[in-house]
Amino acid sequence: MYRVIIIGAGPAGITAGIYLKRANIDTLILENGESSLEKTDLIENYYGFENGISGKALYDAGINQAKNLGIVVNREEVLKIEKEHKFKVYTNKNTYETEYIVLATGAKKNKPNIEGIEEFEGKGISYCAICDSFFYRGKNVAIIGSGNYAFSELEDLINIVNKVTILTNGKDIRENRSAYNNIEINTKPIKKVIGNQKVEKIVFTDDTKIDIDGIFIAEGVAGSAEFAKKLGILTDKNRIIVDNNMKTNVEKLYSCGDCVGGILQIAKAVDQGMIAAFDIIKNIRKGE
Amino acid sequence: MSVKKINEENFESEILNAGKTAIVDFYADWCGPCKMMSPIIDEIAQDENIVVGKINVDENQELAIKYDVMSIPTIIIFKNGNQVKRFVGVQNKNDILNSL
Repeated sequence: MYRVIIIGAGPAGITAGIYLKRANIDTLILENGESSLEKTDLIENYYGFENGISGKALYDAGINQAKNLGIVVNREEVLKIEKEHKFKVYTNKNTYETEYIVLATGAKKNKPNIEGIEEFEGKGISYCAICDSFFYRGKNVAIIGSGNYAFSELEDLINIVNKVTILTNGKDIRENRSAYNNIEINTKPIKKVIGNQKVEKIVFTDDTKIDIDGIFIAEGVAGSAEFAKKLGILTDKNRIIVDNNMKTNVEKLYSCGDCVGGILQIAKAVDQGMIAAFDIIKNIRKGE
Repeated sequence: MSVKKINEENFESEILNAGKTAIVDFYADWCGPCKMMSPIIDEIAQDENIVVGKINVDENQELAIKYDVMSIPTIIIFKNGNQVKRFVGVQNKNDILNSL
């Protein structure tokens, strides 16, 4: 068991990891290889690089620095976090237990840009299979998504609902990774979601429609917004709300970097990663 | 005041006919985010001018269906027996109070 798991290996996550490791606290960093930093061409406004540095070079250097300090950095996709007495972190490869979590997953938005999705939130559009599957017992639901996260949501729905249609929204799907027979895969691009009081139909770009009772959004990789919804972390327009020590309203769960909003700069992320680590170190030393 | 446990029997008298603004939290014991909503609802209930109730959706499915609750936590604000505002997902205390 690790005492701290950091999700995300950008400037905030790596900095938190460095300070925790130097305080001799067992820390694991999980990263999925997707980072907005990596996609930045040239960074010229960060301290110490006289000719600037590419985002990819800085991202890789951060991970290497952490590894050189003896921190375990694993490339795994986090699918689900559960909180009981401790946290359980489920990835596409492992399940971990930890006392503290630092969410530093960046500000990437997963919400698909489809007409009707916002309008029907809570009226047939859901972001949390485990929370809301209860309301769809015996009904026909869809999952929008095509990756590991979509199939993880499927696991929480399949035994409760009548049928699940996986809507890849125009994306290819490598294989039907599910062993269940009450699922269907539909790869047509989606035009809109329609209904009266609640979701009733999905309309595709070729103007064909299917009837549906509920739609679970699980596009791409689960990020801070998805974890927030499932754990009950307070957010403001998908930005995680933290206090001055980068603590969220969920005990022993911290967040830093772009996912808490504000100025989306490396210098700010590094600062917040350090603050989160200091507070965790202080609490662990106090015996909490 | 404390948070009232609302069910199908007392919903009308305690919420619809409360005579003041009523806030209802639809929740379930197995729902993670509902557990985070709970202390916020307790705090709101300190206000004497508001009636605050909790409805367990497992035990009161008819009420959940009647009010189209399809995601929890859902918080519905009633005034004079009418639904005036609803929130889906965990909310800030101030966001709820500001909407009253």
